[in-house]
Amino acid sequence: MFVSAYRIFSVLLLWLAFSGASRGELVIEITRGVADAIPIAVVPFAWGGRGASPVDVARVVQQDLARSGRLKPLPEQDMLTRPSGPDAIQWRAWRALGQDYLVIGQLNEVGTDQYEAQFFLFDVYKGEQLAGYRLASRGRELRHTAHRIADIIYEKITGEPGAFATRIAYITVSREGGRRIHRLQIADADGFNPRTVVVSPEPLMSPAWSPDGKSIAYVSFERRRSAIYVQTLATGKRVKIADFPGINGSPAWSPDGRHLAVTLSKDGSPDIYVINLASRRLKRLTRSFAIDTEPAWSPDGKRIVFTSDRGGSPQIYTIPANGGKPRRLTFEGGYNARATFSRDGRKLALVHGGKGYRIALLELSSGTLSILTPGPLDESPSFAPNGSMILYATQIDGRGQLAAVSVDGRVRQQLATPEGDVREPAWSPF
Amino acid sequence: MTRVMLSLMLVAILTGCETFGGGGREAADTEAAAGQAAADATTRGLAAGEGATVYEVQTLGTGEAGEGGQAGPDQAGLLARRILYFDFDSAQVRPADIPVVQAHARYLMAHPQLVVTLEGHTDERGSREYNIALGEARAKSVAKLLELSGVAHRRIRVISYGEEKPLALGHDEAAWQKNRRVEIVYGG
Repeated sequence: MFVSAYRIFSVLLLWLAFSGASRGELVIEITRGVADAIPIAVVPFAWGGRGASPVDVARVVQQDLARSGRLKPLPEQDMLTRPSGPDAIQWRAWRALGQDYLVIGQLNEVGTDQYEAQFFLFDVYKGEQLAGYRLASRGRELRHTAHRIADIIYEKITGEPGAFATRIAYITVSREGGRRIHRLQIADADGFNPRTVVVSPEPLMSPAWSPDGKSIAYVSFERRRSAIYVQTLATGKRVKIADFPGINGSPAWSPDGRHLAVTLSKDGSPDIYVINLASRRLKRLTRSFAIDTEPAWSPDGKRIVFTSDRGGSPQIYTIPANGGKPRRLTFEGGYNARATFSRDGRKLALVHGGKGYRIALLELSSGTLSILTPGPLDESPSFAPNGSMILYATQIDGRGQLAAVSVDGRVRQQLATPEGDVREPAWSPF
Repeated sequence: MTRVMLSLMLVAILTGCETFGGGGREAADTEAAAGQAAADATTRGLAAGEGATVYEVQTLGTGEAGEGGQAGPDQAGLLARRILYFDFDSAQVRPADIPVVQAHARYLMAHPQLVVTLEGHTDERGSREYNIALGEARAKSVAKLLELSGVAHRRIRVISYGEEKPLALGHDEAAWQKNRRVEIVYGG
């Protein structure tokens, strides 16, 4: 058992090394054994069209599934046959390869810039079809279509919705002509297809998705002072939400999308305030002489957690969202900051200082803290909308880059980005 | 830390000094020129990838500093220092730097048309918004000292960039120490 698991593991690593070299820009690092990940074969899709296939749909699906840590795609070179229709499947061969699931499909060009992807998911042991879909797509949507296929497969097998067809926002900083240029970018969840939505010679910070995924709140220093904006992604139009003297920072959307929790220092030291986006009325939530910042809402909208150094070092506190007495949540170590709730509200991902700065998970019922990443300069954790992974910022080769870790800490992946420093990732809602 | 914040609260706080008052045409020009020079210096510092050394006396010559009258023999030397450094997670001005702040206070008192911006910065460790708060606490500590030396708070502007504008780009203690700083910038 151990030997076979080890063999599969090394084969997987080989495949990962191979796929990482392509223009995939995606490096996956399996940090611990994946012996109990579910084996699945995703056969390269048959191509019906002129020239070469514009997107290797199966490869995108394989990479998505591998990143989850829950599934373990079979390397393509280990596939003995490559069926594209159900009639051509030799079940015994796939069973012999130890595969639990099989995906086959086709991509057809059906018109000018019109494609149709068709795929089937099978249970190999029962020889049974679990799913069969046909998805229409334009050329530039083909990768997105592949992510949707991965979502369907992931949900059929694990019972949880996939989050591959979602997006991420992040900040990049690059030096151009002797100046630092700051960009707020949106990309697919695997880092592909980056689009810039804000550019500024002054810092941009703290992007936060609205719960409907249509807008982003962020901090900009473009007027050489901080201000909070909410920008509609489709139009690029934006509204200034907070432009008070002092700090305007840390925007966090309430789950109903009607309020923003923010940090303001207009009344002295930084405190947490809640802005009603319709009325623009401001409600002050904390009153301390210390630093209170980095608010985050619980999924039910009833509580807000935040970072405060009122006890002498930065720690995480919780306060009712409509006001009340703060209560301290973290006690382990001299530095706990920038917490964010898991989608079920039971855990907090946060930055834990000590031996470097690492991403940790705090189980709220037990108070147990588990460290997920190696550091030394990890920050800005953001949960996937299905709660399966945490996206975070890290330093690799002296450069800010993005990485993701499965919530069990088992699989870590690096999202390589084109140039400059990349930081402050935020994973979109579904 | 908390103690620093507490004492800060007692001095009517300085945020929001966005309006610097009328001032003559000459004053406005001075501000604009000084602001420009400061922006250039920042750019060069980052392009060089080096630390504080590019922040030399550019907008104010040593001769000008002497015009204050109250200046001691080393006033010019103290005034040349535009960057104050801080300890890790601390917003306390180091005792050795207090004379530097006082020299700038004297200069501001002797040049009532000038305004000053205190830019708070931190090293890259820890979370970014917490560092914005820490950078502000550092800048406010310096502002408080200037005020205690007689500078009107409407002439002092405080801004924190947290870890967003590092001077030194390394990832070690030497770089971090250079980045935990408050920059004294004359002009808007």
